[in-house]
Amino acid sequence: MKALDRKLLRDLWQMRSQAFTIALVVASGIGSFIALLSTYDSLQWSRHSYYEEARFAQVFADVKRAPRPVERQIVELPGVAAVETTVVQDVTLDIPGVAEPVIGRMIGLANGGQPSLNRLFLRQGRLPEDGKRNEALVSEGFSKARGLKPGDHIAALLNGKRETLDIVGIVLSPEYIFASRGGEIPDDKGFGVFWMERERLATAFDMEGAFNRVSLSLAPGASEAAVIDALDHLLEPYGSLSAYGRKDQNSHRILSQEIDQQKTMATIFPTIFLGVAAFLLNVVLARQVATQRDQIAALKALGYTDFAIAAHYLKLVLAIVLAGIVLGFGIGAWMGYEMTAMYTLFFHFPRLIYRIQPWIAVVASGISLAAAAGAALGTVRSILSLAPAEAMRPPAPTRYRRLLLERLGLAHLLSPQARMVIRTLERRLLRTLLTTFGIACSVAILVSGTFWRDSVNYLIDVQFYMADRGDVNVVFVNPVARSALYEIGRLPGVLRTEEVRSVPVRLRAGHHTYRTAVSGFPPDAQLRQLLDTDLHRVPLSPDGILLSRRLAERLAVKPGDRLTLESLEATRAKREAVVAGVVNDLVGLSAYMDIAALNRLMGEGESISAVALTLDPALAKEFYARLKEMPQVATVSIKGELLRSFRETNARFLLFFTAIVTAFAAAIAVGVVYNSARISLAERSWELASLRVLGFTRHEVSGLLLGELAIEIALAIPLGLWLGYLLSALIVSMMTAETITFPLVITSSTYAYAALVILAAGVASSLIVRHRVDHLDLVAVLKTRE
Amino acid sequence: MQPSPLTVFVARGLTKTYHMGEVEVPALRALDIEIYQGEFVVLLGPSGSGKSTLLNILGGLDTPTSGEAFWRDHNLATSGERELTEYRRDHVGFVFQFYNLISSLTVRENVALVTEIAPKPMTPEEALRLVGLEYRMDHFPSQLSGGEQQRVAIARAIAKRPDVLLCDEPTGALDYETGKVVLEVIARINQELGTTAVVITHNASIAGMADRVMRMADGHIASVETNPHKLTPSELSW
Repeated sequence: MKALDRKLLRDLWQMRSQAFTIALVVASGIGSFIALLSTYDSLQWSRHSYYEEARFAQVFADVKRAPRPVERQIVELPGVAAVETTVVQDVTLDIPGVAEPVIGRMIGLANGGQPSLNRLFLRQGRLPEDGKRNEALVSEGFSKARGLKPGDHIAALLNGKRETLDIVGIVLSPEYIFASRGGEIPDDKGFGVFWMERERLATAFDMEGAFNRVSLSLAPGASEAAVIDALDHLLEPYGSLSAYGRKDQNSHRILSQEIDQQKTMATIFPTIFLGVAAFLLNVVLARQVATQRDQIAALKALGYTDFAIAAHYLKLVLAIVLAGIVLGFGIGAWMGYEMTAMYTLFFHFPRLIYRIQPWIAVVASGISLAAAAGAALGTVRSILSLAPAEAMRPPAPTRYRRLLLERLGLAHLLSPQARMVIRTLERRLLRTLLTTFGIACSVAILVSGTFWRDSVNYLIDVQFYMADRGDVNVVFVNPVARSALYEIGRLPGVLRTEEVRSVPVRLRAGHHTYRTAVSGFPPDAQLRQLLDTDLHRVPLSPDGILLSRRLAERLAVKPGDRLTLESLEATRAKREAVVAGVVNDLVGLSAYMDIAALNRLMGEGESISAVALTLDPALAKEFYARLKEMPQVATVSIKGELLRSFRETNARFLLFFTAIVTAFAAAIAVGVVYNSARISLAERSWELASLRVLGFTRHEVSGLLLGELAIEIALAIPLGLWLGYLLSALIVSMMTAETITFPLVITSSTYAYAALVILAAGVASSLIVRHRVDHLDLVAVLKTRE
Repeated sequence: MQPSPLTVFVARGLTKTYHMGEVEVPALRALDIEIYQGEFVVLLGPSGSGKSTLLNILGGLDTPTSGEAFWRDHNLATSGERELTEYRRDHVGFVFQFYNLISSLTVRENVALVTEIAPKPMTPEEALRLVGLEYRMDHFPSQLSGGEQQRVAIARAIAKRPDVLLCDEPTGALDYETGKVVLEVIARINQELGTTAVVITHNASIAGMADRVMRMADGHIASVETNPHKLTPSELSW
């Protein structure tokens, strides 16, 4: 082995603890880059390959009841490739020991076989046998949440008649990758999807020879909008709620939203991480190489070429960075796999495809290698550009200036040590600023990585406790007379009821349209409140319509503008309304009206479609039991249940993410603080040893070195908190999905957490360096200079 | 101008000015010098007289502000970085006051650093035998005394069989006895290998062992004396 390569190995071993902390910084950057990007890519790929494999439909339509021959007409529509019709019906399930109503969505399977579109993936068991009328398949999410397996039985109220279904298989469907009754929150416990013989289901619901659900795939090059229009036209006589494409399909919409968010995360976080890592790598390695100034000069004097010397230092930094890359790959792959796996808590795929695309690895390593090479070469070049005779001398002492404080005549306020510390910081102003900025970056990463908890808590608080104050929402199959309100009100445990009329509509303003629902409730409603950004109540307008802020933006309307409501109910009524104002919904894009005005607009009497209520928890069991007996009730959503399971799964996710971000930020902080201190020590060991010789105590001498660090950390923390706020604001503004606004809420405990983690990292690094100052070999240090 | 065959170095009107911030510090002022093949030259002078600057220019570590400096027929003043590196690698051996050993390499490896890149070097073992350190080959610099470190530096300098050996205060950091040992080594190399040696010192006693003694003051050669009775280092005293 060449002597120069031996030097390389020994130098690496000598600086192993510094090399390790630098490698950790690199690993953090690369790890997060690989993890977040590969998670995004894997989710996207899982979705894509599952959709292909299961032949997920592209257009969907629900109708009241259409005779089967209509199916032929749909097939013949231009642009339609394949059509699948079936019968779908939501029913109440009766699970022993479960008081709350649980909804089962029953989907008919023709002759027990696989549908041609939206094919099922059989996880366990078998498909129903032809003629075995009570056999059913259950969705995997529900089977897990409720502990169901093939061989189990479940009771369902099919059109008011209690029937027992025999579960023969567990399946997954591309239509229910995300399962909920239409909301944003996963509801695997309260909502199960079942597949059973179509004829059996049709008989129970008076749908023989008919269908109420159409799924179709498009021929290559066909226009989705044109097919939807043609389908709407064809299905209008059968009570169509208007066809829609994948983007309005609930599971696809939520999944895509999540993937989009992951994409934003995958763009912002790794860019920041890798950017900060590259920056630190550059600063730390540049300083590291600079400490070898005299060796570079000696090599040069001995006749080594600039190229050979540059190559030597390049090898040194690349060795460190490669270690970081290997470590980062490991961390990134593990974290990416875990994160992708965590998505299966909400999203049910037949198999989790986790992959790391080669370009992700190449880009991540490339950025780090380039940063490192840049740092090494930049520094080596500046040293090489000096004549060797000059490089061999220590750099000329920089001129010190009297401090501002001294010039103001306030010097007596500072001890000589304090003056030394502050002068050093001032003299190496750029270095001080770079170190401070590096530490501040890790504080900022911590803040922006951990504020999600605050944001989600705030979101839940506002949306589910301040805006939506009811405990239970009872939704009827069809709009009913207002008297149902009193009927519900008389049920045991009901404390307060309020009527809701919700009309599915397509809102149209100019060329903008959006499918949503207009909710009508009484102007004095207590259980549903509309809020502005300051959380003040926004009153309903006596005749105008209120829109979620993002909906107003999407439709490009402002208060005073007119828009068209196209009812998607059987009446297909088209009405105009004036935008009366906007409200600050954090979840969903909705429209609101005074219920009386909505009834008037729709030309109906006092009709309601749902009841919001508060419930005495002690009587909940009795209430749910009585509710199950009411055939008009389509779904019941119970806020507490929903939020509990959401919080459980979400908390796991947040905890994992927070832990990772904390580890990365701490690695970066340690990387900066420790290396900064070690290099200062290397550069100043002669000076510090001289002070020891002059009679300074160890304590005083380490105070000089650590005093600088303390000041840098003290400056970095407030700067970092502020940067963290800005960074969070940037992320929030980029993350805002179509239906969810993450509020920029950062509690003081999050700030405190970030500050404490960095403080701890700083103290730990300082203690290690302090140990070295304590063991400074005075004689050896002083011997090396005249 | 063509240097005579026996001349190793010729410099004419050599000037070097350093810029220290806003101040210009002249280190060499139109200096002329000639150094002959195989001779032992001692450069004497107080600090700041320009000794090191001259040595650095002769060794290709630095370039003059103006004037010419020839090594044989190579003009060092107009040579580029690449030529100077080649010159140092193939022809010059340096010994510095503070040894400038690579602390992470053993004695043998420090010498190998040079033998690996020189065209016709001796082995590290041979070089170390010449300075009497063959028994400490696997030690690290930190395990050696100052005199031993300086001898390693000399071994490193001579291992390439240089044409010239340039020593900048080689005994400056050493005690009396150790200093003598180091000077003996340099004298032996000069005699046995015929290597031209230029030694900087501010210790006038060392001048006794030189063929010629040049005194420097204020950036030029103030006087040149030829030494009729060369002493051996052991005969020196200071």
